[in-house]
Amino acid sequence: MSGFVVDSTVSSGNSSVAIPTDISGQILDLDEDDDLEVFSKDTTVTDGSSFNASMQTSPASMINQYKFEEDAEDTKDIFVTVDNPESHVTAIETYITYRVVTKTTRSEFDSSEFEVRRRYQDFLWLKGRLEEAHPTLIVHPLPEKFVVKGMVERFNEDFIETRRRALHRFLNKIAEHPIFSSSEDFKIFLTAAPGELTSYKKQGPGFLSRMGETVKAVAAAVRGVRNRPQEFTEMQEYVEAFSQKISSLDKVTQRIVREQKEYLEELKECGPTYALWSQSEEELAEPLKDVAGCVDRCCKETEEQVKNLNDNLIPVLHEYALCTDTLKMRDDLDKAEDRLEWANNALKSDWTRWQKDMRTDLRSAFVDTAERNVNYYEKCLAVWESFLHSQRTDAEGNGNVDFS
Amino acid sequence: MADSGSEEIAVIGNTDLTPSESENNLKNTMVEKGTSLLKMMEISVAEAEKRTGKNAVNMQETYTVYLIETRPVDAASEGTNPVPDSLWRRYSEFELLRNYLLVTYPFSVVPPLPEKRAEFVWHKLSADNMDPDFVERRRVGLENFLLRVASHPDLSSDKIFYSFLTEENGWKETVFETGFQAKADSRLKALNATFRVKNPDKRFAEMKHYGDELQSVISQLLRVRARAADRLYGVYKVHGNYGRVFSEWSAIEKEMGDGLQSAGHHMDAYAASVDDILEEEEHYADQLKEYLFYADALRAVCRKHELTQYELEMAAQDLTSKKQQREELATGTIRTFSLKGMTSKLFGQETPEQREAKVKMLETQIEEGEELVKERNTECEEFVKSAWVDIERFKEQKDHDLREALISYAIMQISMCKKGIQVWNNAKECFSKM
Repeated sequence: MSGFVVDSTVSSGNSSVAIPTDISGQILDLDEDDDLEVFSKDTTVTDGSSFNASMQTSPASMINQYKFEEDAEDTKDIFVTVDNPESHVTAIETYITYRVVTKTTRSEFDSSEFEVRRRYQDFLWLKGRLEEAHPTLIVHPLPEKFVVKGMVERFNEDFIETRRRALHRFLNKIAEHPIFSSSEDFKIFLTAAPGELTSYKKQGPGFLSRMGETVKAVAAAVRGVRNRPQEFTEMQEYVEAFSQKISSLDKVTQRIVREQKEYLEELKECGPTYALWSQSEEELAEPLKDVAGCVDRCCKETEEQVKNLNDNLIPVLHEYALCTDTLKMRDDLDKAEDRLEWANNALKSDWTRWQKDMRTDLRSAFVDTAERNVNYYEKCLAVWESFLHSQRTDAEGNGNVDFS
Repeated sequence: MADSGSEEIAVIGNTDLTPSESENNLKNTMVEKGTSLLKMMEISVAEAEKRTGKNAVNMQETYTVYLIETRPVDAASEGTNPVPDSLWRRYSEFELLRNYLLVTYPFSVVPPLPEKRAEFVWHKLSADNMDPDFVERRRVGLENFLLRVASHPDLSSDKIFYSFLTEENGWKETVFETGFQAKADSRLKALNATFRVKNPDKRFAEMKHYGDELQSVISQLLRVRARAADRLYGVYKVHGNYGRVFSEWSAIEKEMGDGLQSAGHHMDAYAASVDDILEEEEHYADQLKEYLFYADALRAVCRKHELTQYELEMAAQDLTSKKQQREELATGTIRTFSLKGMTSKLFGQETPEQREAKVKMLETQIEEGEELVKERNTECEEFVKSAWVDIERFKEQKDHDLREALISYAIMQISMCKKGIQVWNNAKECFSKM
């Protein structure tokens, strides 16, 4: 098997990058416009000097750790993109990899730019590790393995694009998260060469998941405590209600898409019928043909609109619907007031963070949808107005009708 | 609020012509082109009412009556505005009037009545004849029918039509007294029979073909449109669910609550707006339907031409055969088969007296036959002439009316788009406050 995966497609002016599997001692090629120092890559996993949450084991020490700044986004120092899907065929299977590009100024990274290729399985692994390591925190969901809606084939262009966007959102959520972004697993995911990643994965549960076990054990120990903080109860109630609403919105939007598609099916027959009619007419042939054209153009715009809903609003709603499943799972973690106060704080901060994020995401998704709808109607309006214009100038030219 | 660049196309002017306004345009056109009847009186079908009564078989029935109002034109323009003359008529009386016109003016493309039963309905619209919306649309259709007849150069001067508008009592009897029924029956029989015409006027054959095509394509368009309307209704109404869920969701949110709540209201408004949109589209559908039925009237005229042509050809054929028979008798050669001829051959020749009598009879028949052919020929020529004049008139009317209908459809679409732009811009504002 060739040790090179070549990025053969051209995207946004980047030069082709060849990433060899064995990179020890080698220099990575980077963007020509970046004036950067290139370091040779050190493949050791742990780095004692970096802020690494997974290193601590005692609950007490965790208290300090989880006190973090809320407004960290002002100083965003890591940027991740997911793009460039590529198909790979082996004897056993066909799969898609996505290019993951990282740009960062964080000191715990050996370099300021990384480019790797990852497949869906790798993202799943990362999510699993984060959840294990931080069972009390909210990990953004991943798109589902398969689209259950029936018709979509796994390697259909639209499906791949939708998935790519979701994976991009996922990684960005991780990168923006004060705790997750410092995760060693995350770092490995972003930087390791494929072979490295595979062997790292194989390391077994290791002490990272042992840490997770610790937390779970502690949590189990305080299960069944009678007094629950008022806030926590409120949060659970909210989660339940929110989960319902988001699910409903997801369903409503999907229903809208269905209805739009059926409307489109019927509308598609209108244009040709007008065109057919124009063939039997003389004076009317021209206006009938024009109307047929207008209807056909509106069809195209409607198709666009449906696609937009599918590509933009639905995935976001869907992800938040999936989120709430995660949120609800935390029901078994009853918190005592004196014990595991660290967990409470972490929970609360994470919760506040999540709510803020949710608000931003959903707001922008709905604003975006509204904008696109306005756009759709504006385009259709233009189509019909130009028809009207042509009819009126025609008529006035022929002296037939007075439109004053 | 988004105003999507209508300033750029200054020629357009008023794009907010409502369907009722465009209907008025139609009426005005009819009045302007004016027959003497329309120059004299204003006609309208002002109201519709439900009545109950006993029918022919003495059973209770509910039916609708329509109020026909007529008003002298001068009075209206002088501003004195007197109370109009009025009378009530049922749909069946309109039908009777139309049948009378069909028989009496076979060369005219007689305006059609609005449909008897609601067809091409999309499912939310009622197919019930008693439904107030259906009754209202029918009222408009009946008024349109009367105005069409009143603006027709030939039909408008008909006395039966005039008394339909002005004499409430005894009108039915007057119609039956014309004896049109008898003509109608025989005509109907003849029209339904299949016959082949040897030399139809090409133009009429083409017109009939056009009538077939028009009927077929408008039916298809109406069907497709109804289905699309159905679907569009679904799309809009589902957005109402957004309204409900946003409202519920806003109850559990703090900062997002207001934005969500008001966005929800706009979603409700959006969902509700489809009712008006589709009602307007029904007007458009009605305009198409009128020409769907007009296609039938056009084909009827073509069929009548075929009938007159056929009758002429039959008469001519009969004449030819009689002439041939005479020739054979005179020369003694038998070219045409006749049973009498064969039997006389078999059972012996006939006497000279018998032959004389036969020839005499044939001569009379030939004379009559020639008269008949002449008659029918004239009939045919006159029919062709009158019918073609009316067909040309109809063509012009159709081109004008349908073009107006397409324009009003565009205007409707524009209005729908403008509403959509407004709602979603409002929603966008609310969402950004989330």
